[in-house]
Amino acid sequence: MQRSLIIKLSSAVFVFGAWEIAGRIPVSYAFPTFIDSMAALARMSLDGSLLAAYGETLQPLVVGLIISAFAGIGMGLAIGLNAKSEWLFSPIFIVMQAAPLAALIPILVMAYGIGLTSKVAVVCIMAMPVIVLNTSSAVRNTPVSMKEMATSFLATKRDVLLKIVIPAASPVIFSGLRLGVSAGFIGAILAELKITPTGVGDIITYSRSIADYASMYAAIFSIIVLAVVFLNLLEKLENILFAGNNRGYVSD
Amino acid sequence: MSQIKPLHMAEPAIPDIAVSVMDVSKNYGSVEALKNLSLEFPRGELTSLLGPSGCGKTTLLKIIAGLLPATAGKIEVNGVAVEGPGDDRAFVFQDFALLPWATVLRNVAFGLELRGVAKAEREDRANTYIKNVGLEGFEQSYPHELSGGMRQRVGLARALSVDSQVLLLDEPFSAVDEQNRRKFQEDMLELVATEQKTFIFVTHSIEEAVYVSDQIAILLPRPSRVSEVIRPTGFRHKDVANIRRDTEYLDIVDRIWSSLRNYVE
Repeated sequence: MQRSLIIKLSSAVFVFGAWEIAGRIPVSYAFPTFIDSMAALARMSLDGSLLAAYGETLQPLVVGLIISAFAGIGMGLAIGLNAKSEWLFSPIFIVMQAAPLAALIPILVMAYGIGLTSKVAVVCIMAMPVIVLNTSSAVRNTPVSMKEMATSFLATKRDVLLKIVIPAASPVIFSGLRLGVSAGFIGAILAELKITPTGVGDIITYSRSIADYASMYAAIFSIIVLAVVFLNLLEKLENILFAGNNRGYVSD
Repeated sequence: MSQIKPLHMAEPAIPDIAVSVMDVSKNYGSVEALKNLSLEFPRGELTSLLGPSGCGKTTLLKIIAGLLPATAGKIEVNGVAVEGPGDDRAFVFQDFALLPWATVLRNVAFGLELRGVAKAEREDRANTYIKNVGLEGFEQSYPHELSGGMRQRVGLARALSVDSQVLLLDEPFSAVDEQNRRKFQEDMLELVATEQKTFIFVTHSIEEAVYVSDQIAILLPRPSRVSEVIRPTGFRHKDVANIRRDTEYLDIVDRIWSSLRNYVE
């Protein structure tokens, strides 16, 4: 444990050090140093502007991710368990995954306006397909012998679903959720850059337009940190819900 | 433990039948896996299904378990026709079929959990069988932390804890290393002697079948049928350490091999 912490810290020192050096050279006029960016981050955190921005950004993000997680896992289960719902839903999500989202945004704006609905839709379009497709393929690959075992010990169909299929699929469902959450973060920022500048997207757009690059990078940095924290929390949740999934590394 | 069973010898020549298979056929499309197969399994004894691979022994076991439907024919357990899985039968799987996300305790109690037994009671019963199979201290371990032999002990404890009259074992020791397998075989003899259960044991090992069985059914493929039923008599009551030296044991192993060798590719 101690050793892995040292490796993580030295990796952070390496990346931030390289950032600082690149900013000091400078590689570009528009590339601030790490220290300047952190100073801007501290200033925005203290004057409350960052908090207010996240108040706006998190709304479509959280709503979109909740919809994507529940509807996505639900539809993934349906697709994985039933051939008819596969024919019905599967093409939608394959198209959704393949479609260039930025090109679809004008259509969304025409249909849903420039408010919260469009932004939630962008988050969902980004996050839902990987959740659905991962869940359905995980469900379809439930080990046959485990289902047979449950049936031989008198499991009902509901038991098989709740006690075998879902727990067996959970590692892949959770990796789909992780991919979906990171795609959802991309979607939320994209929506704020492409639809209407609000929240963190507004900080990025505005500080770029006034050449306050330190603030711009601080905003980008903060959203990455938030995404990483969120993904770690998701992993913690998985380990609490399905303790046996945490099987360590092959090399352990 | 003593392997001498004086009571056993006083039993009638034709024992009570726990499971009977009557004219069972099973087709996969146009392939005949089993054809008009009939066989009887005496109560309280261990019967092996032995045969070359592809002879349908696992198929027959799964039909008895109610996991596969027979195309024709009938299975009766204690005189009641089999329609599907039932609480009179418990299955031990070749690949163990443990839940990787559940502890040993929950895995062993899983059969009882599915039957709706309250948590305290099922864990109590599971603990008894965990002790019986020699896994005390591993209750909170996960399957990936156990060796192959220990995993199959979990599978065995799970099947024992539901207290079914018939135990169906599908090549239970084939994924277990040789030394553990020998220990398992000795334990099987003890289980047959102590538990009042009927064991149906699928294996591809001739030595294993002769070592553990009261009755050995030799199955031959294409189409599958019972070619012979052998009942070892002389060494069944001897000490476990002496069985492999017994001349009857060696003769039966030789005899089975000479009838099976033509079917091995």
